Amino acid sequence: MAKKQVLVACGAGIATSTVVNGAIEEMAKENNLDVNLVQIKITEVGGYVDSADLLVTTAMTQKEYPFPVINARSFLTGIGTAATKEEILTALQK
Amino acid sequence: MSNIYFNESVILLNLEAASKEEVLKIMGDNLLSYNLVKESFIPAIIAREEEYATGLPTAGVAVAIPHTDVDHVQRKAISVGVLKDAVEFGVMGDDKETIPVRIVFLLAMDESHSQLSLLQQLMGVFQTEEALMSILNEKNKTNIRSLLEEKLDFGVLEGEK
Repeated sequence: MAKKQVLVACGAGIATSTVVNGAIEEMAKENNLDVNLVQIKITEVGGYVDSADLLVTTAMTQKEYPFPVINARSFLTGIGTAATKEEILTALQK
Repeated sequence: MSNIYFNESVILLNLEAASKEEVLKIMGDNLLSYNLVKESFIPAIIAREEEYATGLPTAGVAVAIPHTDVDHVQRKAISVGVLKDAVEFGVMGDDKETIPVRIVFLLAMDESHSQLSLLQQLMGVFQTEEALMSILNEKNKTNIRSLLEEKLDFGVLEGEK
């Protein structure tokens, strides 16, 4: 399976995406998934439309992308984390 | 690299504000008075909050974690504001919903990608209703400082690059 490129984005690209990035890294390791995590600002997503497989973000986005977009707020609040992880895993295992 | 600045001077209790902009102005002005941020921090953090809301529907009491680009920061700091009355903040990742917030953790970060452990610990606090309720009801700044120092291990930062 080709290495998946996962974009992790928030408004500033420094705070919440750092936490989400850490959570996905851990998840990928647990599940033996080979992912290429790219931590960016949400405004930079446009530069990755041709290469990315998935966008995980804490910021809202109204744009349509050719890859799935998953809201990662649960990694910050602890409410609904299991469901979000499941969603990410499903997207990565496609 | 300097350590993170966190003590009673950046813990604001019983903060009275009518709007999120006012909360950010008061907390930002306070950081400015200790030279922790540049003047541009205040308009920047207000604009950022408008564009990318940071309210989080955490257990027990909702929090917000406003932050902005590193250019506006002089020294890394975390400021805590406990609001007298709840103020509506937008919910992170949602363009319509707002949430009544009582505790604001204003983050002044001085470089990208370098504060993972601290942020993870902070999110750990958000996920502990008991800790949030203690902060909300505490009248003594030193107790809040101790509680967060215990949970956040600021010492870790000194060892990081």
